[in-house]
Amino acid sequence: MNNIFADIQLAIPEIFVFSMACVILLLDRFTHERMPKASFLLTQLTLLVTFYLVTITVPEGGSAKAFNDMFVLDGMATLSKQAILSLTFVVLIYSYSYITERKMYRGEYFVLILNAVLGMIVLTSASHFLTIYIGLELLSLSLYTLVAMNRDSDLATEAAMKYFVLGALASGMLLYGMSMIYGATGSLDIETIRSAIQGMESDDAMLILGLVFIIVGVGFKLGVVPFHMWVPDIYQGAPTSVVLFLGTAPKVAAFAFIMRLLVDGFQGLAVSWSDMLTIIAVLSMATGNLLAIVQTNLKRMLAYSTISHMGYFLLGILSANPNGYSASLFYIIIYSFTSLAAFGLIIMMSRAGFEAEEISDYKGLNKRHPWFAFLVALVMFSMAGIPPTIGFFAKLSVIQALMDVEMYWLAVVAILFAVIGAYYYLRIVKTVYFDKPETNEPISARFGMQFVLSVNALALILIIPWIGIIMDVVSNAISAMG
Amino acid sequence: MFEANQLSLAIWLPIIGGIAVLATGNDQRAGLARIMALLVSIAAFLATLPLYTGFDISTGDMQFIEHLPWIPALNINYSLAIDGIALLLILLTAFITIIVVISAWQVIQEKVAQYMAAFLIMEGLMIGVFSATDAILFYVFWEAMLIPMFLIIGIWGGPNRIYATIKFFLYTLLGSLLMLVALIYLYIKSGNSFALADMYAVKLGLTEQIWLFIAFFSAFAVKIPMFPVHTWLPDAHVEAPTGGSVVLAAIMLKMGAYGFIRFNLPITPDASHSLSTVIIVLSLIAIVYISLVALAQTDMKKLIAYSSIAHMGFVTLGLFVFNKMALEGAIIQIISHGFISGAMFLCVGVLYDRMHTRNMSDYGGVANTMPKFAAFMMFFAMANVGLPGTSGFVGEFLVILGVFQVNAWYAIIAGTILILGAAYTLWMFKKTIYGAVNNDMVKALKDINSREGLFLLILTLSVLIMGLWPAPFLEIIHTSVDRLLTLSAVTKL
Repeated sequence: MNNIFADIQLAIPEIFVFSMACVILLLDRFTHERMPKASFLLTQLTLLVTFYLVTITVPEGGSAKAFNDMFVLDGMATLSKQAILSLTFVVLIYSYSYITERKMYRGEYFVLILNAVLGMIVLTSASHFLTIYIGLELLSLSLYTLVAMNRDSDLATEAAMKYFVLGALASGMLLYGMSMIYGATGSLDIETIRSAIQGMESDDAMLILGLVFIIVGVGFKLGVVPFHMWVPDIYQGAPTSVVLFLGTAPKVAAFAFIMRLLVDGFQGLAVSWSDMLTIIAVLSMATGNLLAIVQTNLKRMLAYSTISHMGYFLLGILSANPNGYSASLFYIIIYSFTSLAAFGLIIMMSRAGFEAEEISDYKGLNKRHPWFAFLVALVMFSMAGIPPTIGFFAKLSVIQALMDVEMYWLAVVAILFAVIGAYYYLRIVKTVYFDKPETNEPISARFGMQFVLSVNALALILIIPWIGIIMDVVSNAISAMG
Repeated sequence: MFEANQLSLAIWLPIIGGIAVLATGNDQRAGLARIMALLVSIAAFLATLPLYTGFDISTGDMQFIEHLPWIPALNINYSLAIDGIALLLILLTAFITIIVVISAWQVIQEKVAQYMAAFLIMEGLMIGVFSATDAILFYVFWEAMLIPMFLIIGIWGGPNRIYATIKFFLYTLLGSLLMLVALIYLYIKSGNSFALADMYAVKLGLTEQIWLFIAFFSAFAVKIPMFPVHTWLPDAHVEAPTGGSVVLAAIMLKMGAYGFIRFNLPITPDASHSLSTVIIVLSLIAIVYISLVALAQTDMKKLIAYSSIAHMGFVTLGLFVFNKMALEGAIIQIISHGFISGAMFLCVGVLYDRMHTRNMSDYGGVANTMPKFAAFMMFFAMANVGLPGTSGFVGEFLVILGVFQVNAWYAIIAGTILILGAAYTLWMFKKTIYGAVNNDMVKALKDINSREGLFLLILTLSVLIMGLWPAPFLEIIHTSVDRLLTLSAVTKL
């Protein structure tokens, strides 16, 4: 029955990433001096090959379990993995010159990234509390270290410390919640928990208490209000290349994490967690959008914007039906690619000794470099959700999901905060287009990066005619979850 | 193949042309950008003509239908079609864009390619708004239009442009987002369809209708703009460059009225009837109060902006008395005001380019140094007042006649626009154009050159033709208005 080879076959992408991380770690000792590019290229190759492996590893019948039901592979897992891998691939392209210029180019950087990727793709396939926890910790521990990668920077060290302490606290909460659920249901396996909950009273105190702790843990990891305090500091303090990574791929993993935990495991308690998430979502949209207005540091502003975007992302989940889940998945994928372009632009504008992270650094960009100015405007309009950029369709789908379950007031609240949000995105466009430049320093960026970034940003608008296809892929992935 | 996609052609030709103009790059190739922009705008206008020649005036149904699936997951389609009302507005849009391109020829010297491209792209988006029959497609065009306008005011505008443009953007965004909620609500109610035709057919209770009406109203009333949500308009107009003001007054404001025609009247007919008194009162306030406000202005552009609001009050009045004559009058007024307000803003632009002030007290006696210009301005001032023989007369006359059949008091109050309008327009005209030469700057003024003469002449002819022979315009909209009245008369309860 439990054929170990069949099990392994489903986890080949994970195994490959893990092996390659070890290989790169060892190999870097030898190639570091002579062929400094080797680790970078090998990592990128790993990501490409893994993407291919993920794509061809499709279980029969759309969904399969392995390793004593601890590991599941289905449409949602495949799509999330593909998104995570491609996001990481682009992240590394953007980061390359940033980390070489700042002497952060070390083999460990790539090994940590690969470990984080491994954590994320394990997380998307977890169907057991232990697998979830292993994936999550692998991701978190790699990220703590990456944030501290710029050893000599006080801000980065402080950020890493904060991240670590709060992250550990969150993990503790999560574990505590899991142990309570174990106490209530007698199992750590998500499917067993689901059926156990269906046979229980939905106001069972132990169950609800466990759920609350789990939501707190999830809230910390997502960075939603009131568990958001670490987000702005990390975004500001960490090296931009790391923020770029941490602000994109892990968000997709977080979606998978929530889906496995809340939707798969606690379907029977949907009424309870939906209410909790509603409060969190409203607070996040409010706090994120309002506090972003007063920021002068672009990275910090984007941090608050992330908080608000996580609020919008939760709107789909809390509507607690497949339509809403696919809206959320769509939202998070769109958001990740938009924020990829946003941080990519910050990286492109910066050079050694100048981080380009103050909003005032972008004054009059239209005069200095019209093309970059155009890209900045595109990204900002997409973040604000103004048509015809893709950000609009993301917001449209979550709001439609909300109204489908007759949560009209929440839809109106979401929209009011979207208008407030538009203000600070517009302020960036204003800085770029209407203000006078303060310096005439030429902006130089490697052609390869410029090209990829242009494609990335232009895709935010040019993909519109084919957006129906993306939505179909996403909703197929969700319905294939079974 | 080509025949079947005339609407798409009219939308995408200027947008793609605009992008091509943008590609000419910096100001070293400004001349090329100008010529390309002119050619694109003329080509775009020619592309709209087959819509006119191929239009069947005998039916009120939608024509030139195009339909492509776009987002199957949400049942959103790329579907286009027009009726007579939309046709007139599309022709107006393409026509005004040519004028805007010519008017900017020498005036805009900085970032020429971006300026021209913004207007061309906006033209395509505006035609898209008038021809979309899928609610989300409509919404995408509707909102996308904000972006070029935001940049136009913000980059080429006056000293207080940033405040004005952000106010403009956020004001309209808030209104439109509420409309989006209404659209999604209708989507769910009509069994997952964003097609306007399905929204017309769906049954709705009165409370529902009133909420939907308010949501649509918030989007369209801001755009028109109606009293009391009009405050963004004077700011935006004053700060916008001439071309921006022209497009804003001539076309963008009309979108609000068009929205009422496409959404409020047919989708929420019962709410429209039960709330019509409110709208009529607001319209009458706009006509009387805003006209009085216009009388108190010292800035010429502000005065014309307020005059626009008052004239749009006439349009909303005509829409909500549910009378065929008034409705046709309102639509004629929409088109006519497009010509006249555009021309008035161009006239102010001509003066501003020479004197760099819009303050009336800085002028006086311009007729002495610019006789040709004074003649044109006189004509447009008269048209603004609604002198018989100009297009301004036709619309206002029809509206007043129609309103009179419904309620004489409304008509009498609305009629004051003829007096008040004459008061502020002629007062402005007298202060700036007539009298003795006021100062040395006025003394040194040069009369209009042939380029300026050209666009003023074209507009003069348009105003005259429409004023003397409105029949062809009315012919186009007759059946469409009938259909609209039928839709808005059938109860949905």
